[in-house]
Amino acid sequence: MKRRIDLVAIGCSAGGLRALHTLFAGLDRRFPLPLVAVCHTGSDDVSLLCELLARSATLPVDEATERTSPLPGRIYVAPSGYHLLLGRDGRFALSAEARVGFARPSIDVWFESASAACGGRVAGIVLTGANSDGADGLARIRERGGIAIVQEPSDAEVDVMPAAALAAAGADHCLPLAQIAPLLNRLFVE
Amino acid sequence: MARPDVEEVELELFVRALKLRHGYDFGEYARASFRRRVNALLQGIGCETIGELTARVLRDDALLPKVIAGLSVPVSEMFRDPAVFRKLRDEVLPLLASYPHINIWQAGCAFGQEVYSLAILLEEAGLYDRTQIYATDFSDAAIARAQEGIFPAREARLYSENYLAAGGAHSLADYYHARYDLITIDAALKRNVTFANHNLVCDGVFCEAHLILCRNVLIYFTDSLQNHVLELFRDSLVRSGFLCLGTRENIAFARAAQNFRAIDPRLRIFQLAQR
Ligand SMILES: C[S@@+](CC[C@H](N)C(=O)[O-])C[C@H]1O[C@@H](n2cnc3c(N)ncnc32)[C@H](O)[C@@H]1O
Repeated sequence: MKRRIDLVAIGCSAGGLRALHTLFAGLDRRFPLPLVAVCHTGSDDVSLLCELLARSATLPVDEATERTSPLPGRIYVAPSGYHLLLGRDGRFALSAEARVGFARPSIDVWFESASAACGGRVAGIVLTGANSDGADGLARIRERGGIAIVQEPSDAEVDVMPAAALAAAGADHCLPLAQIAPLLNRLFVE
Repeated sequence: MARPDVEEVELELFVRALKLRHGYDFGEYARASFRRRVNALLQGIGCETIGELTARVLRDDALLPKVIAGLSVPVSEMFRDPAVFRKLRDEVLPLLASYPHINIWQAGCAFGQEVYSLAILLEEAGLYDRTQIYATDFSDAAIARAQEGIFPAREARLYSENYLAAGGAHSLADYYHARYDLITIDAALKRNVTFANHNLVCDGVFCEAHLILCRNVLIYFTDSLQNHVLELFRDSLVRSGFLCLGTRENIAFARAAQNFRAIDPRLRIFQLAQR
């Protein structure tokens, strides 16, 4: 039986851009859920990042816009300089609060609020990165009954983030990057 | 019917208590980020639950400033988003220069970083002596800090980079004194600033502004409170006055947005439309 999931939340840091390319290039064009990525890029211009990703992605890629709802079959990237949250009304919200563990946007903040807003029906994915952001958030996603997917640390460009996520949250699926898109297609595309 | 979780109920009661007992209404704050701040406050004050915090804030008036300071998000930078300040310098100030006297309202001034950024812009444009800046916030703690104009020296590098990227004519160090690990803004920059407590939720029009800067404040508000504040700004602006919001703010869901025309949609700089 398929677990009901409303949204796919993704977190990555160092090496993340390349990982997102691979992930987004492998998704089925009929993918029925919104995918929302928080990626620490250090760059101010997320619109450029979206353009780059859109070249290889099978689905449209946009910056997450305040007060709009993530739509099925679309990919969103968090703007830089703000924390991204999901409201109970299902719309994106931003906050300029202080950095959480040196990061803004913080993957933990995004995972926690997405999972709370969706009543737990979130699939969280942690990819390559050099810090432990996302580990606590992934644990919250699992506690609330969501699905946790972690890139196999030995397969990641930088293994710190996926290793921290595994230690804090464990995972329902731990696998190499190349197999994550096929897994998502299997889990969520009819 | 699904039972709301206990934290949700506690949060609702906390909001009611602040309103009924202290007159601070957070009912129209976006819940997701508000909830985060309340949880951070619990740790800061040493309460186990929101219920406990509610009980304490009802009885202990001395706790209120701490609570308001905790719910406020006084995070800012000098010349944050340099492109915005460059645009103000290059295109808005030259238009304001035609007025014999200029009023600028900075709403949600946090610790004053943007107030002093504006003062520097005006000084360098030769307009500061005929300008009055009103810097307001709803947190007394923030206003007190803003009035001091003292920032950690470790921020100076970022502020200086921003200043230069915004087209600054000198060196930012010309405007502050560095001592130990602090920088103190030159007192001369404060000469035309009035600091005041103003709550955007419930306080009204108090000046005729040529420019209103309110960046990254409306992001904390629901659509209806955002709309209310945009109406307040409309009513506070002179004809063809300017409004500058945060660069990621979206006012598309506010009816009052139709009163404003974007002169730079990307940088969120608007002008009051002719009625
Ligand atoms: C994130 S800061 C914005 C600082 C600065 N404008 C910037 O963008 O860098 C938000 C500020 O809005 C203030 N604020 C929040 N609610 C307010 C209200 N109802 N009335 C006035 N100020 C408010 C907070 O106290 C805080 O200082």
